[in-house]
Amino acid sequence: MVSPILPLMLEDVELLRGGRRILGPITLTVGGAGITVVMGPNGAGKTSLLRAMHGLERVSRGWVLWQGEAEDVRARQAFVFQTPVLMRRSVIDCIAYPLILDGRPRREARKAAEKQAEAVGLGVTLSAPASVLSGGERQKMALARALVRSPEVLFLDEPCANLDLHSTAEIERILIAARDDGTRIVMSTHNIGQARRLADDILFLFDGRLIEAGANAAFFAGPGTPEARAHINGDLLP
Amino acid sequence: MNDIVEGLWQAARLVVTLDSDLAEITLRSLQVTVTATAIASAIGLPLGAWIAVNRFRLRRAVIIMLNALMGLPPVVVGLIVYVILSRSGPLGVFGLLFTPTAMIVAQTIIITPIIASISHQAIRELWADYHDLLISLHATRRQRIATLLWDGRRALMTAALAGFGRAIGEVGAIMIVGGNIDHATRVLTTAIALETGKGDFGLALALGFVLIALAIAVNLALHMLSGTERGSRW
Amino acid sequence: MMFKTALAAFSALWLATAAGAEELKMAVTTSFANSGLAEVLLPEIQADTGIEVQLLVVGTGQALKLGEAGDVDAVLVHAKAAEEAFVAAGNATHRREIMYNDFIIVGPSADAAGAGGAGSASEAFAKIAGTQAPFVSRGDDSGTHKAELAIWKSAGVEPAGDWYRAVGQGMGAALNTAAGMDAYIFADRASWLNFANKAGLALVFEGDPALFNQYAYLPVNPEKHAHVKGDAAKALEEWLVSEKAKGLIEGYQINGQQLFHFNAEAM
Repeated sequence: MVSPILPLMLEDVELLRGGRRILGPITLTVGGAGITVVMGPNGAGKTSLLRAMHGLERVSRGWVLWQGEAEDVRARQAFVFQTPVLMRRSVIDCIAYPLILDGRPRREARKAAEKQAEAVGLGVTLSAPASVLSGGERQKMALARALVRSPEVLFLDEPCANLDLHSTAEIERILIAARDDGTRIVMSTHNIGQARRLADDILFLFDGRLIEAGANAAFFAGPGTPEARAHINGDLLP
Repeated sequence: MNDIVEGLWQAARLVVTLDSDLAEITLRSLQVTVTATAIASAIGLPLGAWIAVNRFRLRRAVIIMLNALMGLPPVVVGLIVYVILSRSGPLGVFGLLFTPTAMIVAQTIIITPIIASISHQAIRELWADYHDLLISLHATRRQRIATLLWDGRRALMTAALAGFGRAIGEVGAIMIVGGNIDHATRVLTTAIALETGKGDFGLALALGFVLIALAIAVNLALHMLSGTERGSRW
Repeated sequence: MMFKTALAAFSALWLATAAGAEELKMAVTTSFANSGLAEVLLPEIQADTGIEVQLLVVGTGQALKLGEAGDVDAVLVHAKAAEEAFVAAGNATHRREIMYNDFIIVGPSADAAGAGGAGSASEAFAKIAGTQAPFVSRGDDSGTHKAELAIWKSAGVEPAGDWYRAVGQGMGAALNTAAGMDAYIFADRASWLNFANKAGLALVFEGDPALFNQYAYLPVNPEKHAHVKGDAAKALEEWLVSEKAKGLIEGYQINGQQLFHFNAEAM
């Protein structure tokens, strides 16, 4: 299935903050299917790029172009933040919240949320307040909340940054299942192994600039830039 | 010291014997202040949330005004409401002066800025937490405010209780606009002022203790109903 | 469920306070309200005429102001000159004298100034001024305050200085202040007899006819304010000058002392 809001095109996008350039200029296209992984060292602009794509950051120059009506576009995407936003509600109501916003009846929304919680393997008491969840459970809750609207595009910012191996494996399983269902995924990660396992293609950022882009196998087989080579080798850059 | 002991003793006696005058003025105190708190909350809570969520040109000025109005002198509010509601004032035709309605109006004016200001503080913190999520989920402006009000309800209850506390103990404004008429507009605070004026400190203190007990009872009741202090719930 | 019950009880309370007999608002002075006579008269008035009289207890100045604005239906005060001006301005249809009581001079029981031995109220004031003994004045432009000033005038004293404390409050608050400072004070007899916090104070001077205090009833002019309850005000006036009222007023005592003397004349 081809998402009607895709392809996403960035044209000469630049993000300035306090006069400092933190991103760009970047021109790229995200289309088709699969998982795109954004890589790069700290401060390279990974989070800013994802946020600019999703419309959380207003770009200083250039264009972020989705297909279709602007009103509609963001509701058909979802974003999982590095630190999950916990609402002061029960787990089930946190997950059902996007559907409530869509005007779905509470019972129906809760039912869908329950299903989604099961799908991501969130085996906790759903009526408990979200604050009692552990780190891994919080991330799964955030994923369930992101997926409950069946978004066409899913952004994730370092979804496994603070998780152990077991939780990381579970999250990766959920992401692969979502991709196989046709969800276009764009995520950032520091975990090179994770990038290797999940990515269909890679965007490599350095100092706010997109310096390499390519398919998984090609990127890891022979990175074209010294920065990317150093990054995947785990070298400490000067 | 004697006066305080006698006041406590008299308060206990009035409560135990269910003194009908005491019951009447206590219920009227509650009636006026609960109504005023409800109206002020209906205005102040959404207003506080709205200011927290929206960026507009006079935002800073509005916040400063609200904070300043928290210290609004009740006597001045009373005087202004009096002049407006007087038969010779602009709203005189309604004949509201010296009625419980006039007292509700005055108290509402006094506590709306308090409730709005405290709820603004609380909602602003919550908004910082929720901002990215709500924008990402494409919540409408109205949905954002509704969500913040609902999820911030514990803090907002505190705001409403602060307003209630200020109103239930207020005497300056309601004395002026209510007139402290026996069996019509006399409430606990104006009765205390009256008894103090008569030099009957024992009775005045007794009423004072009833007032304090009432404030505590209302707070306790609300907290128990909403289960604030239970376990890990919000 | 519980909330619903509470709500029902609450709305019942609302309705209960809204319903009732015909209400008439009357502005009276603090000294009258503090006398306790109202508590005897009001239930009888309601029983006989069906009128529920709601008292607004204020100073004379504000009482007349309330009548002028039409915020009350009648006024019962004691400041003859101001009352006559009030009628002349068309704010009331007429002025009807009902009764009088008297003012007294209260002071420390030791009476260092010797005011108790004076032959007249003005002589007593002169003695207090002469020793500069502390004196608390209402200072609120009330009827009592005006009567006090009139006596200072007749004593030929301009009250000023450290010893003269104008508190700007009601009779009760002023008495509290005097009790706290062990000072002399000019008070109405009713407020004094009903005052509970006497501390070291005692009645030091009374009886001078200059201290008599005439109360008059002023029905607010319905021609000026159409909403004023003219008929009820008239019924109340008739009750106040009746034989029954006379009996109740003259029979009212505090600590065995008669406070008010009925002197209404038939019209």
